[in-house]
Amino acid sequence: MTEPIVNDLTIQAATVNGSGSQTANLVLTRAIFHMGVPVAPKNVFPSNIEGLPTWYQLRITPEGHMARSDKVDVLVAFNVATWRQDLTTVRAGGVVIHEEAFSTAEARTDVTYYAVPFSKLAKAKIQSDTLRKQLANMIYVGVVAGVLGIPWEALEHGVRRQFLAKPKAVPINLDAIKVGYDYWQDNFSKEDPYRLEAMTGRVEGKALVEGNQAAALGALMGGASVVAWYPITPSSSLCEYFIAYSDRFRVDPKTGEKLVSVVQAEDELAAVGMAIGAGWAGARAFTSTSGPGISLMAEFSGLAYYAEVPVVIFDIQRIGPSTGLPTRTSQADIGFVYTLSHGDTKHIVLLPGTVEECYEFARDAFDYADRFQTPIFVLSDLDLGMNLWMTPEFKYPEKPFDRGKVLSKDDLEKVAGEWARYRDVDKDGVTYRTLPGTDHPAAGYFTRGSGHDENARYTEGADAYANNMDRLVRKLETARHALPAPVIDEAGSSVGLIAFGSTHAAVVEARETLLSAGQAIDYLRVRALPLSDDVAAFVERHERVYVAEQNRDGQLFDIVRLALPPALVDRVRSIRHYNGQPIPAAAIIEPLMDREAVPA
Amino acid sequence: MSATVNHVGLPRDAYKGAATTLCAGCGHNSITNHMIKALYELGVEPHLLAKMSGIGCSSKTPAYFVETAHGFNGVHGRMPALTTGAHLANRQLIMLGVSGDGDTASIGLGQFMHLIRRNVDCTYIIEDNGTYGLTKGQFSATADLGSMQKKGAVNTFQPIDPCAVALALGCSFVARSFSGDGKQVVPLIKAAIAHRGTAILDIVSPCVTFNDHDGSTKSYSWVKDHEESIADVSFIPFFEEVHVDYEPGTVRDVRLHDGSHIVLKKLGEDHDPTNRQAAIRVIEEARAEGHLVTGLLYVDTAMADFASTEEIPQRPLKDLGEAELRLSREQFAQFMSEFA
Repeated sequence: MTEPIVNDLTIQAATVNGSGSQTANLVLTRAIFHMGVPVAPKNVFPSNIEGLPTWYQLRITPEGHMARSDKVDVLVAFNVATWRQDLTTVRAGGVVIHEEAFSTAEARTDVTYYAVPFSKLAKAKIQSDTLRKQLANMIYVGVVAGVLGIPWEALEHGVRRQFLAKPKAVPINLDAIKVGYDYWQDNFSKEDPYRLEAMTGRVEGKALVEGNQAAALGALMGGASVVAWYPITPSSSLCEYFIAYSDRFRVDPKTGEKLVSVVQAEDELAAVGMAIGAGWAGARAFTSTSGPGISLMAEFSGLAYYAEVPVVIFDIQRIGPSTGLPTRTSQADIGFVYTLSHGDTKHIVLLPGTVEECYEFARDAFDYADRFQTPIFVLSDLDLGMNLWMTPEFKYPEKPFDRGKVLSKDDLEKVAGEWARYRDVDKDGVTYRTLPGTDHPAAGYFTRGSGHDENARYTEGADAYANNMDRLVRKLETARHALPAPVIDEAGSSVGLIAFGSTHAAVVEARETLLSAGQAIDYLRVRALPLSDDVAAFVERHERVYVAEQNRDGQLFDIVRLALPPALVDRVRSIRHYNGQPIPAAAIIEPLMDREAVPA
Repeated sequence: MSATVNHVGLPRDAYKGAATTLCAGCGHNSITNHMIKALYELGVEPHLLAKMSGIGCSSKTPAYFVETAHGFNGVHGRMPALTTGAHLANRQLIMLGVSGDGDTASIGLGQFMHLIRRNVDCTYIIEDNGTYGLTKGQFSATADLGSMQKKGAVNTFQPIDPCAVALALGCSFVARSFSGDGKQVVPLIKAAIAHRGTAILDIVSPCVTFNDHDGSTKSYSWVKDHEESIADVSFIPFFEEVHVDYEPGTVRDVRLHDGSHIVLKKLGEDHDPTNRQAAIRVIEEARAEGHLVTGLLYVDTAMADFASTEEIPQRPLKDLGEAELRLSREQFAQFMSEFA
């Protein structure tokens, strides 16, 4: 037998959608995480309720890499429909745990097979007819645990943690896992090099959280009190988590009343309209959507930009255009969202790159919205939003809400009612507003998406229009300096890398790999649009800068080049990944190796 | 001499708005005047009024009454969404939506229907002229089959009747009127505002420029000749005493949840405004006979409105602060530990 490979492998479970396999995968993930071993799960699922193939990749590395791997070490083949294809994905020397009934005639000979009669075991050992299909998946958890040496105690923890809300389900699931665990012990001897061993130092103090969970918690802590949404993958879970958290934390203990209103709207047009109506009336409001929904929100986004109404809009990106691949990830909305709407429009876009930032940016988005009286877009994606990521625990906010420039009745009395909704008193482009319900005769004004003067009165006047549009530029410029600054990690290399959002995980890994090959790459991670001046300065400090992103056209690459002085534009190059699978480190390493001719 | 004031101490002038920019003689301007009268007599406090609208001639009118109130002229057909959101943010506001037939029956038909489905507490006035005025006279979806455009084109499609749609959806308040009939419009506006839930008030309002000719069924002369009121409407606000001195059996009295009353005096056939099937029948019969039936068609005072169904507090959500909206430090720590 070859040298053992410890805590460095990728498991891929190929199963049938709707069969309960996701629960089994999560139990496995939590059990391994409990051993102190870093995990990075990626769920590759179809747009389907039941029957189509689905894959769950569980990447395990001692370093804690969180990007998708494009190599499979251990395949769990549970779906006859994809069996032959799945077999081709395993690396030479890998492990294949498969249903015994699947034929291995003429199959590869460079992998280790463990054939398990899953169907027969399920029939013989699982008593419950109604739960047999789901519990059958737990049998493979037991087999994988046997192959890799996951201790029973870790499996118990994984099951208990997965069924926190349903403790009754714990024993039957453990029984099913035991069937597989015992079968492996009784029938196989270890023939492959892969092992899992408990370790310390990598996962302590960390949690496993989905980006959409983090954003939902952020929105709750940010004080969102009116939410309107329309179901769409991969955004739905953000609102569903928000509802669940609200049911727990936003019920008035004295009256039983809800301190939040969440509306499932008739479509995305209505969803964003309701959020804007609520923002206008002074509540912290948001909607959450994905590709097709964000297209429908374009008109209302222009209204909120031009009439200057605070609102937060989450876009959990998926592959487009049109319906595209509804359950595959992408970063291809960034260009569209940045200028969403007809006319001259430019929005503030927050770009969380980690689960922790999903929480923080979601929370702070409500402050930015109130402060700058404009839509704040939070751009996440399916990979970040729907997969579990290891993250440091989130921090409790120390600052109170920033409600921005709102004039109260008292404020209006102090200025004897002398104010104008769109007058730039402070010369920062940000004007004062009043909320409906303010009991002062000068409080009211007429909000409109048509041309307006400083007093919000209708005008088609050329100067009034142009002056107002110029002020909106000033406002965005004020905001630009207040947004999350880029995170820069540099050590004087001549080569730089720029990325945003979930591409971050692949960049981290790519830089480590390249560094160990002798090539240091500096890194700037963009966290908001419009771009900080730091970006141009970073380009200036480097001879060549690569912008890596998950879209076909190099959308951030274009945005970066537009922000540069002409002399710097040619320094910037583009790395693009756009097949719907989360970007692996290899997609950054390979083009960099090619173009930078890293010495061997 | 002090000016006459209403029960909140405001003169009628406090309910005026900017000068209209609509055509002279436009039915919408009459409705604006009815609105001013109704709001003044009701004693609506301007700072609690939220005037909402979409896009079109009708949607400009909120600028022409109660200038000191907040207003929101949004995007075409989406007044209901803005209204719903603003209402949820602050239940204390009196939501008054003004829309048109293009805004309501075409681009905004979905939002119109879903607003009704939720029974959001608001008044929804449709200034219905059967034509697109701002874009110079195309048919709207409420134009009657066979009615003629100014230049002679004939409408070949069935009309969408907002009242019939509202009734089919179980709307809790459905009325129709005519812009030229202030005696009926004013009490209906008051009743719609006093009603808790979505109140649909379809007011036929002739477009003098594009739809007031022979062959139109939304012209002044056609409506005057074909209007058939089902009952005389009067409204008694909660702050006035009820004096019903009609003969027994000649009136119907509908008590609204705020204590005000709608008093309906029989004209022809007795119509029970709490009977939805009867209301649908009245509309269908009038349509078959080529009449425009006006008056309070249907009211359900018991249906729970949206904010009540959603169990949100009377206190505006917009006023909640960190203490109510954020988890406490202890709750947060506990919650985070559950992710480990």
